[in-house]
Amino acid sequence: MVITIKTPLSATIITSLHAGDEVELSGTIYTARDAAHRRLYDLLQQGSPLPVDLKNQVLYYVGPAPARPGKPIGSAGPTTSARMDPFTPALLEKTGLRAMIGKGERSPTVIAAIKQYGAVYFAAIGGAGALIAQCIKKCDAVCYEDLGPEAIFRLTVEKFPLIVAIDGMGRSLYR
Amino acid sequence: MKTIPFISVVNAVSELCLQAAFYLPADVVQGLKRALETESSARARGILEKLLANAAVAREQKLALCQDCGTAIFFVELGAQVRVADGLLAEAINAGVRQGYEKGYLRKSIVADPLYNRCNTGDNTPAVIHFLPVAGEALTITLVPKGGGSENMSGLRMLTPSQGEQGVIDFVVGAVERAGGKPCPPLIVGVGLGGTAEQAMLLAKKALLRPLAQPHPQKEYAALENALFARVNATGIGPQGLGGDTTALAVKIERAPCHIASLPVAVNLSCHATRHATVVL
Repeated sequence: MVITIKTPLSATIITSLHAGDEVELSGTIYTARDAAHRRLYDLLQQGSPLPVDLKNQVLYYVGPAPARPGKPIGSAGPTTSARMDPFTPALLEKTGLRAMIGKGERSPTVIAAIKQYGAVYFAAIGGAGALIAQCIKKCDAVCYEDLGPEAIFRLTVEKFPLIVAIDGMGRSLYR
Repeated sequence: MKTIPFISVVNAVSELCLQAAFYLPADVVQGLKRALETESSARARGILEKLLANAAVAREQKLALCQDCGTAIFFVELGAQVRVADGLLAEAINAGVRQGYEKGYLRKSIVADPLYNRCNTGDNTPAVIHFLPVAGEALTITLVPKGGGSENMSGLRMLTPSQGEQGVIDFVVGAVERAGGKPCPPLIVGVGLGGTAEQAMLLAKKALLRPLAQPHPQKEYAALENALFARVNATGIGPQGLGGDTTALAVKIERAPCHIASLPVAVNLSCHATRHATVVL
């Protein structure tokens, strides 16, 4: 059975999700990958405010392909999450970030932080960027547009198919 | 001597970029369908179905199969009786990449410097080009756009000859296990054996180009491909690393003679979206 959830994600929604659950996510999510993570992390280290409020929000690790005319976005599948691992615990601790979407394993440190701060890690299907683009209805640049595909975008998604890969109890589907 | 105009190369390469980005090769589609029949995990079957649906959407809407439209890697066979008029072949190839990635709304993923100036070049150039001089009047250009996530999981080990077949098996299976879900399994596992360090790596990349259903022509290597395929799929990593029988769609080996002291083994993993396209001019 597929569980339908909407952003922003409350603590109650997080605790209701279990590793292995299939989810369809609707609402607003934010994109960020390598270079944007580095910038957000540096701001947190300096104690400076972030250009985006991540409280109860979802970060999607993606660098989308350009949109064709009349379309909100191009192909937009997940990138490898492990590259974001050095930055994730700080984001969870200091911003109230609730969920991440990506592909592949996370480090033990990230899993511990997911458990400590009551977050969740969703796996999207890597290599299904064209299919995932069909769920993205709107895409607006928020900041860091100089980074091209690595800028932070606000996406409006409908029924984005995901799998709970690491739940709020720290249970992981990866071996 | 046959002369090919610069612009013909540019246009042909531009078209290759679109072909490779939008159309999943038929042998990979077949491989996914075959895996769907044998896969025992329901979750894994669900993922394989979505990958097939993705290929259909990409084809119909001319949308990149994956947002990572890759480093543009070329294997170029240049006939001895061919020349390009009005410019250098490498420049024509780069101009074709520039044109194709813009025209196809493909993501530009190349930064100018690996360490100090990670500034996007904005047009996905420079391409990585491997030239091979051959006899004849043909110019054959093969494009392999390769995503960063799977390329990051590459590995090279300079084994000693005494480590032999078992050493090769241990290294290849270990590389797949370490990669886990990161390179977007189901994978095509390219293995390069022999040569030197850099040649082994190139062989591993070339191995990805052999059609999925075509085994190595040499009996021992075909058997080793089968053994590795069984071992890799026995890891249980499965599609996207979320468990299942389908960690790889195929394992392909290319080999070359090597030094008496050496047994180089290179692994180059490709995600299921093993894209490639070839044109003969």
